[in-house]
Amino acid sequence: MTITEVAPSIVPNFGKDDDSGRKLAIICSKGNLDMAYPGLILANAALGEGVDTMIFFTFWGFDMISKARMNDLQFSPAGNTAMHLPGTNAHIPQAVMPAPGMTAMATKMLKKQIADLDVPEVPDFLDQIVAAGGHLWACRMSADMNKYTMADLRDDVEGIISASDFIEMTEGAQLLFI
Amino acid sequence: MPVIEVAGKQVQVNEEGFLTVYEEWSEEIALALAKQIEIDMTDEHWKIIKFLREDYKTQKETATSRRVQTVGGVPVKEQFVLFPKKPAKKMAYIAGLPKPKGCV
Repeated sequence: MTITEVAPSIVPNFGKDDDSGRKLAIICSKGNLDMAYPGLILANAALGEGVDTMIFFTFWGFDMISKARMNDLQFSPAGNTAMHLPGTNAHIPQAVMPAPGMTAMATKMLKKQIADLDVPEVPDFLDQIVAAGGHLWACRMSADMNKYTMADLRDDVEGIISASDFIEMTEGAQLLFI
Repeated sequence: MPVIEVAGKQVQVNEEGFLTVYEEWSEEIALALAKQIEIDMTDEHWKIIKFLREDYKTQKETATSRRVQTVGGVPVKEQFVLFPKKPAKKMAYIAGLPKPKGCV
């Protein structure tokens, strides 16, 4: 290092003066294991950046917050043409995907890959998101269809709300549908 | 790479102001960095900063909030109280380490 010049002090901008009140709303509508993660990873990242974040669970996404189902999300390679033999670019023929045991095997493999990255399972991940200040809401129509009440859902779900409640609540938010 | 003066010492930093040389960090520098971003260092803050420093030695990567919870033993919720809004980046900054790379 030959630089001897003392530059003016540089301090990172951690958004101290940022009062833009950035908000992010994520709609989770899928209950497959692989489709549960994108919303959770983005929610967690947004919270870590100081963004006010809420997640709205609807349709199949309800499985992510259902006490009875949240520990048993599954991944099926059927219908997923991007599924390759692990570590290769070779396609697995779709015809073999519905074979017995395929979903269980694929789920186990995916869970292991996720755990290897020290990424938590879905219920733990939601714990972390709530600890970071995230808000969880459930969809009224999905609850009615499944005959679910608050008792069937994670205790930190803040309420079962209608689509219009959600729209009202997310005024000014950026929105992601997954 | 800019060189700036922190707590009376010359240190190398990146364009954002994060220290780039592990060995140039000291507790005095950490205190000065914390002050710049309005963090009042307490024992709880130090516990995390010291964990990050130690963990980096073996991992060669800055621990994420997740890792500070699972390995460092400080719950995410507490991290947000101690280092409001952007805990992972603020902790890394004070610890003189790069921003964490991990997504989670």
